[in-house]
Amino acid sequence: MAEKKRLDEATNTETVGHEWDGIEELDTPMPRWWLWTFYATIVWGLAYTIVYPAWPLVSRATAGVWDWSSRGQLEQELAAEEAKRAPILSAIAATPVSELQGNPQLFQAAVEGGRAAFRVNCVQCHGSGATGSKGYPNLNDDDWLWGGDIEAIHTSIEKGIRQPGHEDTRMSQMPAFGRDGLLPPDQIADVVAFVRTVSRQQPASAAALRGKALFATNCAACHGNDAKGNRAVGAPNLTDAIWLYGGDEESLTETIYGSRNGVMPRWGEKLDPVTVKMLTAYVHSLGGGEAKPVQTAMTGAAAK
Amino acid sequence: MVSPSDLVGTGKKKSLYARRQPVFPKAIDGPFRRFKWLVMAVTLTIYYVTPWLRWDRGANNPDQAVLVDLANRRFYFGPLEIWPHEFYYVAGLLIMAGIGLFLVTSAVGRAWCGYACPQTVWTDLFQHIERFIDGDRNAQARLAKAPWTLGKIARRALKYGIFLLVSLLTGGAWIFYFADAPTLTRDFLAGDAAYVAYATVGLLTATTFVFGGFMREQVCIYMCPWPRIQTAMMDEKTLIVTYKDWRGEPRARGRRTAELSDIGTPEKLGDCIDCNQCVAVCPTGIDIRNGPQIGCITCALCIDACDSVMAKVGKPRGLIDYATLDDCKAEAAGARPKPVWKTVLRPRTLIYFSLWSGIGLAMLFALGERTRMSISAQHQRNPAYVQLSDGHVRNNFTVKLRNMELRPRTFEVRLEGLPGGTMWTSGQERSAAGTTVRTVVPADTLAKLPIFVAAPGEGEENDTFLFTAVALSGDTREVDQAEASFERPAR
Repeated sequence: MAEKKRLDEATNTETVGHEWDGIEELDTPMPRWWLWTFYATIVWGLAYTIVYPAWPLVSRATAGVWDWSSRGQLEQELAAEEAKRAPILSAIAATPVSELQGNPQLFQAAVEGGRAAFRVNCVQCHGSGATGSKGYPNLNDDDWLWGGDIEAIHTSIEKGIRQPGHEDTRMSQMPAFGRDGLLPPDQIADVVAFVRTVSRQQPASAAALRGKALFATNCAACHGNDAKGNRAVGAPNLTDAIWLYGGDEESLTETIYGSRNGVMPRWGEKLDPVTVKMLTAYVHSLGGGEAKPVQTAMTGAAAK
Repeated sequence: MVSPSDLVGTGKKKSLYARRQPVFPKAIDGPFRRFKWLVMAVTLTIYYVTPWLRWDRGANNPDQAVLVDLANRRFYFGPLEIWPHEFYYVAGLLIMAGIGLFLVTSAVGRAWCGYACPQTVWTDLFQHIERFIDGDRNAQARLAKAPWTLGKIARRALKYGIFLLVSLLTGGAWIFYFADAPTLTRDFLAGDAAYVAYATVGLLTATTFVFGGFMREQVCIYMCPWPRIQTAMMDEKTLIVTYKDWRGEPRARGRRTAELSDIGTPEKLGDCIDCNQCVAVCPTGIDIRNGPQIGCITCALCIDACDSVMAKVGKPRGLIDYATLDDCKAEAAGARPKPVWKTVLRPRTLIYFSLWSGIGLAMLFALGERTRMSISAQHQRNPAYVQLSDGHVRNNFTVKLRNMELRPRTFEVRLEGLPGGTMWTSGQERSAAGTTVRTVVPADTLAKLPIFVAAPGEGEENDTFLFTAVALSGDTREVDQAEASFERPAR
């Protein structure tokens, strides 16, 4: 091979000595500075392992002279983020929940904070989109058991609903009409027929007429004569299209027979007041939030 | 000429690495040199002055004519403001730059390398500084070989000091394209500028100092991909700087007397007197007479050098000249030289030019037609719909309104094509719902508007309708529409 090495005429460079179908390769030397850049990368690499954590030891790696760690950086970033949020949180803390909407920017910040807190504390029952499920109310709609203005929502979250052992919790108890023997099964069927009639799910019938009388004596105290419910006691409106446990015959029968009485924890005990306020803002922002305190027409009718 | 014995390797172990051969280009004057001066003046002026040009855009808006505002994702170019979603204008410019490269390269070869490339311009600048301090070619070579006396140290310190100053100004000017130049200057000098500003200036100062002061032609020959790409785009009809060997060879230096008998009659001698001026002036240190090569950036200084020598010895100019390989062949065979415009105007360059200008015109048209507002509607998927107590169904949307003008504008959003549909926004009650919502979008902002749409529960599972946005406070009524879908529970 070596004897085939020759100098290229144009460049005066030696060839590598191989030839492929007449094509030869020049053995052009690398520029010297190229070598220096290679040395520089080695120096850089070594310096890097001195400055940053690198060399593995028995239980941990060397810490590096700058004492940097990804965990430490995360802590710094979290601290910086918290410092950034602190003035907003203290502003929310200082604002009464009913006045939160007066400051759109603050309200929006509260909504976003509430969105995050909702993901952690509420989605287990109410679902990730706050749509609820059977027994757990959908928080997007315009139907509220205990009231949909911001203060009512705040009270529901803070005090909880039917939380045992607390006097200030939202409290009401529908009797288990069937199980406790208050109404025989045929009368329960009549009440179901009445409820399905007022909610326009089935046409008026003789059973519904009988049910109307039974409703007036047994149910109207809470649900109202017009069956439109009463938010003061969490009695649902039975004439609308929204059902917490289902509006079909079977579900209604089961509800009247055994009652339901769903429970929500007192979040005021578990979460700080700011988080409760932010959750309130978030729930109110979902589309069903009401501006004014409970509409008088509705309660007025129910209270009669 | 190389003798056959020279072509065989000596068998001696050669080093794997080659030292850089220092280049001390000689000063030269001539038309191409003057053109290079002009290009240098123009490009450096553009580079340094552009960020300081002002453009009035009204209060609270940047008044810098050319500003790449990365933090706020806006690009200002005089009267134009480019939003991120209009980045295709930049893509179009890049495509034009690409085709422009094809055009220029196929017509005049490596003109970019020879005149306009920053590496060339700054290397040229540094070489002038070098000549100013150390003297011309021979003085520089002498000084390089001289021992390190106090005088040499002083000269070197002065030279590198000026290099560093130029580098600092170069690196420093770059950051002004990305922030308000006067403010940034103040902050930078006071030490209040962002960390990235100092890092950028430091990095660009270092690269300018090293690339312009030391690496020079090594960047072009070893580091830059451009020469390889450009070589692939040239053909036999491309103008390149070339030595007309059919006219110059055999070289006549010293041969008129001593080797006359070996060569034959004086008439056979070429025009090249082997004065080496073309090599002396070359900023990359090559010999153009070896033929076209990767080291040639076609700066044409060798043409200036050769022409001045030809004038002195009474021969016609153009022994080294811009010529195509085809023309060289034809001229060697005795044809008359072709005028330059004939070599430049040919189908290939004309096709490139029409493509290039076509894209340019299309972009200008698009720029004239573009609207300064837009609407888009995003359907909230979780939940996709909400059952309302009165039997209606509600869908939630996030409507995004872009106001790309530099003043606040009132937008009216209209709900169209959804039977029985009403809408309202946050802060409103459903009782106040209608088919229009008005909002003021601040200047140069994208506003996100939560929109609730309610419609009767009876109907298609999927109803397509339109959100129409009208900018009310504009000289021209701008309108944009967004299609959206209304979803209902399955029956």
